[in-house]
Amino acid sequence: MSTVKEPPQATTQPKGRVSRRGFIGGVGLGGGALGAGLLPLPSAGAPAALAGPGPVAVTLTINGKTHKLNLEPRVTLLDALRNYLDYTGAKRVCDRGTCGACTVLVDGKAVYACQILAIDAQGKNIQTIEGLAAPKPDPLITAFVNNDGLQCGFCTPGFVMAAKAFLAENPNPTYRQVSTGFGGNLCRCGSYNGIRRAILQAAKSAQGGTHA
Amino acid sequence: MPDYSWPAPEKRRVMGRRTNRIDGLAKASGRARYAYDVKRPNMLYGAVVTCPYAHARIRSIDVSAAEKMKGVAAVHIFDGSAPGTEVQWAGYEIAAVAAETEELARDAARAVKVEYEVLPHFVHEQDLAKAAAYAKPSGEQITGDPDQAFKEADVVSEGFYGTPVICHLTWETHGQVIEWKGDQVEYWPTTQAVSGIGNELAKTLGLPPANVHVMQDHMGIGYGSKFSPDRWGIACAKISKQTGRPVKLFLERRVEQEIAGNRPSHFARIRLAAKKDGTITGWESQSWSTGGMTGGGMPPIPYVYTQIPNQRKNHSAVRVNAAPQRAWRAPNHPQACYLTCCAMDDLAARLGMDPLELFKKNADYTARPAVYRWQLDKAAELIGWKKLWHPRGDKTPGRLKRGLGLAVNTWGGAGHLSNCRCNIHPDGTVEVELASQDLGTGTRTVIAMVAAETLGLPLGAIRVKIGDNRYPFSGTSGGSTTVGGVSSSTRKATMNALEKLFALVAPELGAKPEELEAANGQIQVKGNPKKAVAWKAACKKITGGPISEMGQNDPKNPMGLNTGNVGGVQMADVSVDVETGLIRMNRLVVVQDCGLIINPKTAESQCFGAAHLSVCAALYEERILDGITGRMLNPDIEFYKVAGNPDIGEIIVHLDIRPEHDKRGVIGLGEPPVIAGIAAIGNAVTNAIGVRIPVVPMTPDKVLAALERRSA
Amino acid sequence: MQAFAYASPTTLQEAVALLADRWGEADILAGGTDLLSLLKDYIHTPQRVINIKGIKELGGIRKTPSGLRIGALVTVAELLANAEVRAAYPSLTQAALGIASPQIRNMGTVGGDLCQRPRCWYFRLGFGLLATKDGRSLAREGDNRYHAIFGNQGAACFVSASSFGPPLIALNAKVKLVGPKGERELPLEKFFVTPQSEAEREIALRPNEILTEILVPPAAGVPNATYEVRQRQTLDWPLATASVALTMKGAAVAAARIVLGHVAPTPWRAAEAEKVLAGKGLSAAVIQKAAEAAVAGATPLSGNGYKVQLARVAVRRALEAARPKA
Repeated sequence: MSTVKEPPQATTQPKGRVSRRGFIGGVGLGGGALGAGLLPLPSAGAPAALAGPGPVAVTLTINGKTHKLNLEPRVTLLDALRNYLDYTGAKRVCDRGTCGACTVLVDGKAVYACQILAIDAQGKNIQTIEGLAAPKPDPLITAFVNNDGLQCGFCTPGFVMAAKAFLAENPNPTYRQVSTGFGGNLCRCGSYNGIRRAILQAAKSAQGGTHA
Repeated sequence: MPDYSWPAPEKRRVMGRRTNRIDGLAKASGRARYAYDVKRPNMLYGAVVTCPYAHARIRSIDVSAAEKMKGVAAVHIFDGSAPGTEVQWAGYEIAAVAAETEELARDAARAVKVEYEVLPHFVHEQDLAKAAAYAKPSGEQITGDPDQAFKEADVVSEGFYGTPVICHLTWETHGQVIEWKGDQVEYWPTTQAVSGIGNELAKTLGLPPANVHVMQDHMGIGYGSKFSPDRWGIACAKISKQTGRPVKLFLERRVEQEIAGNRPSHFARIRLAAKKDGTITGWESQSWSTGGMTGGGMPPIPYVYTQIPNQRKNHSAVRVNAAPQRAWRAPNHPQACYLTCCAMDDLAARLGMDPLELFKKNADYTARPAVYRWQLDKAAELIGWKKLWHPRGDKTPGRLKRGLGLAVNTWGGAGHLSNCRCNIHPDGTVEVELASQDLGTGTRTVIAMVAAETLGLPLGAIRVKIGDNRYPFSGTSGGSTTVGGVSSSTRKATMNALEKLFALVAPELGAKPEELEAANGQIQVKGNPKKAVAWKAACKKITGGPISEMGQNDPKNPMGLNTGNVGGVQMADVSVDVETGLIRMNRLVVVQDCGLIINPKTAESQCFGAAHLSVCAALYEERILDGITGRMLNPDIEFYKVAGNPDIGEIIVHLDIRPEHDKRGVIGLGEPPVIAGIAAIGNAVTNAIGVRIPVVPMTPDKVLAALERRSA
Repeated sequence: MQAFAYASPTTLQEAVALLADRWGEADILAGGTDLLSLLKDYIHTPQRVINIKGIKELGGIRKTPSGLRIGALVTVAELLANAEVRAAYPSLTQAALGIASPQIRNMGTVGGDLCQRPRCWYFRLGFGLLATKDGRSLAREGDNRYHAIFGNQGAACFVSASSFGPPLIALNAKVKLVGPKGERELPLEKFFVTPQSEAEREIALRPNEILTEILVPPAAGVPNATYEVRQRQTLDWPLATASVALTMKGAAVAAARIVLGHVAPTPWRAAEAEKVLAGKGLSAAVIQKAAEAAVAGATPLSGNGYKVQLARVAVRRALEAARPKA
């Protein structure tokens, strides 16, 4: 049993939302409502603009390139990359900020793209595996290949991005640092041995790495 | 007919060399496309509505609100989920919706209203007494005279052991993209069965098999759970047909954990009879297991030591309200290994014997005594057994206790039915085509290596074309049968093609075709590199279309190219904090025979990965079902715990490639090394703390409880 | 995730104005590491999400005469990188290191850690904070291996998931909360509460308030430490933690504050253990006695008795770690 409908013309806002105006009115910043013993606030500013819940303009800077999108505020950065753009290197595995397969760099820091709203990633420098792979593969990528730090490959882009951030902070890691680190990424195939060797090799091939 | 046999080890130029996987760069660059990454123009996104009860009858399904939602293209009720249906497990698929965006699809799925009559459920099988009403005994099996054996035994050892249900937890969840156009279905599944899955879909949809085109470049783990299109594949196809649009429908993690694959539990009470010298004389087991509503079959016990002379075995299949089991990398072997090797370890302790000696002493009960004895010694050497092993209970002061443990494994793994086509084009291009799949095991690379070896070409000269059911049929990837199958069919196809090329070149070289060989990028007279034609020049002689030759691996006649049956030994070195019950992996040694190894690099990776899965199952993994609600409490990757990089310690792999194994031909390596680690770790923990933790995973609560029992 | 309207105010007043006076209508977004999971699992279905990361005054760590002022938006990574924290507050550093994922450390904030919701699996499956079904307590009668061993006599059996709650309470920290009527300060200990009904929350924050900063008294001469028992070294929830802060008088403890984590619906003061230490030197015997006293009142559920031992060990090891080196 199935029912089919014609595709709609455009995505619109879900119905049944609380009126924006009424909502704000209900809270209000009453000037004279200060309770005894509470410190007064500095003067109240104008309420910030509300966006959504329907699609709104969202601009993302990914690997130095600007993308203008129309997204509901609830769309995560990961889903924006994968579903609304074509950056599919970051993977959705746990979708709950545990496994690290969606790791990207935001302003140079490794983060889980599944736990960031795309609208919140505006104005930031988002780096994905695609940016690390082109025009020429980052030596870290090559090191993963050379050391077989991957099997099915589904966690690999996230691991590479986490390793990129790790090496930026620890350019000269010891084996111990590498073998006890990376608690924010999981590999279901169990390629950890190769991953460790890859990271050490990448550190060594960059200047300064001597422990490997 | 050419001589297809593998070149002698010293003559191999490509095979046997540590080779980077040829799709490694694509994967590590994020360029590799998985089914989950496929995006088609005008594609709809799906979401699934599932049953929240472990046992219930569907009263009604109201899709009207969902249908009316903007952006929703279709609401589909699954075949087999009509009102009146009795649902037997939580997570059962009721309806699927398709919408313009994934967000809207989820909204619509929430808007589907399903009414249930909730029925009583049963989900916990570990206590057989409490599960009696759901247990179905399978009848007693007797070998020899167990009563006499136990009567005459010098020593009888008894124990209870168990492994719970665990999930496949495939990193790429289950699902597909389907585009139904006219009478043609374009199908991007995530599958271990590129050749077969389309036929199954076609059959269900009433289409000719040729009308379903399966494409899969890469896949993110199957572990035995991805052979069938499944109900969600059928639903996806139907929605695509009805909407006339491509549809992407993948299970959310929560649903994947609940229904898309689990491996059965196995529990057993085991008694062993033995002589003072350690010779085992009798086995008795009462085992039970569940794989969902059908219960679970008897594990292959006694494991490896199958020829223990006197045996009595009873088994019960326990039915629980949970989704059905699926094959899980080495089905039933890790569990059987755990039951057997822990019982043998306990017997050794009872005898006051080093388990290494007990396992060696009884090796004649195995199919390959000499192999196991050699491997036991090799593993012992690698882990430092002589120096580090001690009788049960590490007596050194302090809170950390260290221990060693061991276990053994076996697996079949002979090559499956595989066909390969080799095309040699006039411009020198070589293609090898098989409707096979690379699960991350390195299949693609192995195929390229065999072709390059055979044709005397560099690896980069070979174009491997797999992952499309329009290529020649090649078997599913299950049971470690892939590498044997595809390497043999590739060997044959490339040799057959080469023979045609020899015939074209022979006149120019003034030799007979059978006097030629391919080496170093040229066709030459055997042993005479100066009497040669370069590969490209040789191929220019090809006219009227490319040389296109088939090769087949027939499992009934593998012609010495592949075989099955391997053995392995694993030894674990652990430390246990006896105050907290926390277990730390120090080392896990993997010794494995595996026949002729084509690519040592990816073969070792298989062992590393398998060993890591043993750590997961020994210490962390279990499906936790709630008795009251019948729901899975950890359908995630947060409380469904798996080992991370800092948790696995050091894994040491030794592939047993002595000449007598090499000459057996190629043997699959997917499952063998995944088997013995759990028991080895269990035995190591027992050795460290002096008391057995009967049921894995060995979480701190269980470790502390065992320690309390010891001191009581 | 249900659709919501979104705002990214740049001032506190704007942010407060956007909040609602009832739970459930609006949520505050900071690091997002917990909120996005709550939204995806439909545990929270707000009509509005207010991103406070654009409010500059909520960031930064500042040393003041009355101690350290930690902005609610300070990330775990920023806390770890702070020299003052590293020097004087090892208990905070150790708690931060227990959050084993660099990604979570980069995203998660100290304020968010204090406000995060419990991880009780019944709660996360949608059975409510008090996890009841047909009048039965799921946590009490069901699988409670990760649930409370203290403070579980009422309806709540979940454990507070906060990593920084225990060390900050041990350090006697206060939090500043800002609402439509102004701001108020609360000892952090009073910030965590045990809900009695499904309508209540596990923190004293009001629905229209924002936690803006944490004020930690100076800890010079106050040895402090956190010890965490966690099954995996990978990102994993602790099974039990203990944080201690000791005011010393010579070699003896003048006053101790000991707070357990992940064992009760709130961070749990071990008052009996604190009494044991008062006026005593930190000998092995005294430490052991304090550890015993810390768990003497435990009321484990059917499946979590092991956590009593873990809490005992955590207290002992935290005290050993804090003990000034001779």
